[in-house]
Amino acid sequence: MPDTAGDTPNAPRARRGVLRALIERHGRKGAIAVPYLWLVVFFLVPFLIVAKISLSEVRIAIPPYGPLLDVVNGAVVGIRANFNNYTALVGDALYWKSYLSSLEIASLSTLLTLLVGYPIAYAMARAPRNRRAVLLMMVILPFWSSFLIRVYAWIGILKDEGYLNHLLLGLGIIHQPLNILHTYSAVYIGIVYSYLPFMVLPLYANLEKMDWSLLEAAADLGCAPLKAFWKITVPLSMPGIVAGCFLVFIPAVGEFVIPDLLGGSSTLMIGKTLWVEFFNNRNWPLASAVAIVLLLFLVGPILLFQRLQARHAERNG
Amino acid sequence: MRKGLTAFNYISLILGFSFLYIPIILLIIFSFNESRLVTVWAGFSTKWYGALARNQSILDAAVVTLKVALMSSTLAVVLGTMAGFSLSRFRRFKGRTLFSAMIFAPLVMPDVIIGLSLLLMFVAMGIDRGIVTITLAHATFSMCYVAVIIQSRLSSFDRSIEEAAMDLGCPPLKTFFLITLPVIMPAVVSGWLLSFTLSLDDLVIASFTTGPGATTLPMRIYSQVRLGVTPQINAVSTILIGIVAVGVLIASILNRRQEMQRMRNERMAADNA
Repeated sequence: MPDTAGDTPNAPRARRGVLRALIERHGRKGAIAVPYLWLVVFFLVPFLIVAKISLSEVRIAIPPYGPLLDVVNGAVVGIRANFNNYTALVGDALYWKSYLSSLEIASLSTLLTLLVGYPIAYAMARAPRNRRAVLLMMVILPFWSSFLIRVYAWIGILKDEGYLNHLLLGLGIIHQPLNILHTYSAVYIGIVYSYLPFMVLPLYANLEKMDWSLLEAAADLGCAPLKAFWKITVPLSMPGIVAGCFLVFIPAVGEFVIPDLLGGSSTLMIGKTLWVEFFNNRNWPLASAVAIVLLLFLVGPILLFQRLQARHAERNG
Repeated sequence: MRKGLTAFNYISLILGFSFLYIPIILLIIFSFNESRLVTVWAGFSTKWYGALARNQSILDAAVVTLKVALMSSTLAVVLGTMAGFSLSRFRRFKGRTLFSAMIFAPLVMPDVIIGLSLLLMFVAMGIDRGIVTITLAHATFSMCYVAVIIQSRLSSFDRSIEEAAMDLGCPPLKTFFLITLPVIMPAVVSGWLLSFTLSLDDLVIASFTTGPGATTLPMRIYSQVRLGVTPQINAVSTILIGIVAVGVLIASILNRRQEMQRMRNERMAADNA
């Protein structure tokens, strides 16, 4: 390769050599350290800051919270950390009602998603092998399109003058438009719709591997189909059921967009309460405390889910 | 073994897919509605698409969203590939448990908590918020998805090829670029695509981490949707759905072609053996 650099042709090449040697020598450390540090800076540290701010006082200032320590000439003269924000959460009915209703909505909609998703996953798993890829694609496709748009689509359907009421009035099934939008029913519909793929995919992955000859054996021995389903299919698909339920329940607890757009002002969910506290009331310390308590509610299910996943991966890997 | 589906199976599939697709189909149909009222059909028209082309605020938001999505998904793929590779290849290192917990946690954490914590950090550090901070936030949660995809791909990958290359004197970095990366390329591409759509889609985290002048498309759509249903939003939605559908179609065709190529290669290898 002709070198146009002139009298020191080896210098850039040598430098590149040093760089390469450095990467070769420390490549392993670098591959770990770069993403590790990134997550510490952009994931772990932010949580510590939230925890810190949840202990401080709200102030009318920029930023709207007070310092934890009083520092005069570099010496700490007083600690201002307090649990007022946490006691406020317990004292004000709005907050614990939000937590309870979030847990209730998330649990019930997880159950509904399971009831809607199981027959779909089951039928997909029983479909001929060459059709399964297409069916799988059809479940994933809506999941790739925007979540916000899919929630928005339901406003047009559920409104008082929406498509559903048009249809039902036109067919003469009802004579008064149903009031669904801005009620809890709309929130349930929205969550079941948006999270359905999270339920169907793990269930399908599980049912697809099932040995169907077990059902035939049960039938040969005189077991009724429904009983065989309860005694064989359901227990064998338990890992899929558990994974699907976690994948729906955990994000549903903190959901903000669905209760806000479909539930209207009357629905209480903790994600929405946090948002309002932060943006409308500008009470950052209280919003931080809401987030920390929400996280504490979720730590149990998240750890349990991770352990189940790890055990599952071990068994399969 | 019994072949085919029962009537119950068919009904489940038909009802299930109707539930999934009818809202989206109605949205698309009514984006071509002449009437201002979104729910009453008054004839075919593309006027809402024309109105969209003149709507500067939507166009600006689309540009911001694309910039953020392109930058954050590229960053996420680099970081996520390193993380996934480290997790699957280096079985023991200090703080591995914390590392894998940090990879896993953002996948299940509610958006409001991630958004709030990042914003409070940016404020505490005195960092000005805007396109850069949204990009950093998106890269952070997307890299976790990429890491999981890469890790699962590497776990089914024959390590002896890498070892053979290194035994023959190929340095580790060169081995990675010549052997490992080409093999996991489909996972890298799907990781990039997933990060890209996650970024396009995100409303909550972007709302927390944005600053003046950086409004993303979901934020713009959200503020208009809160005022009521408008045909222009149906038109934006239809365009976005169209882009995603074309993207997924191309990806699946590429995937299928690659799969067929692999099967052909394997058959040839088997014939030669």
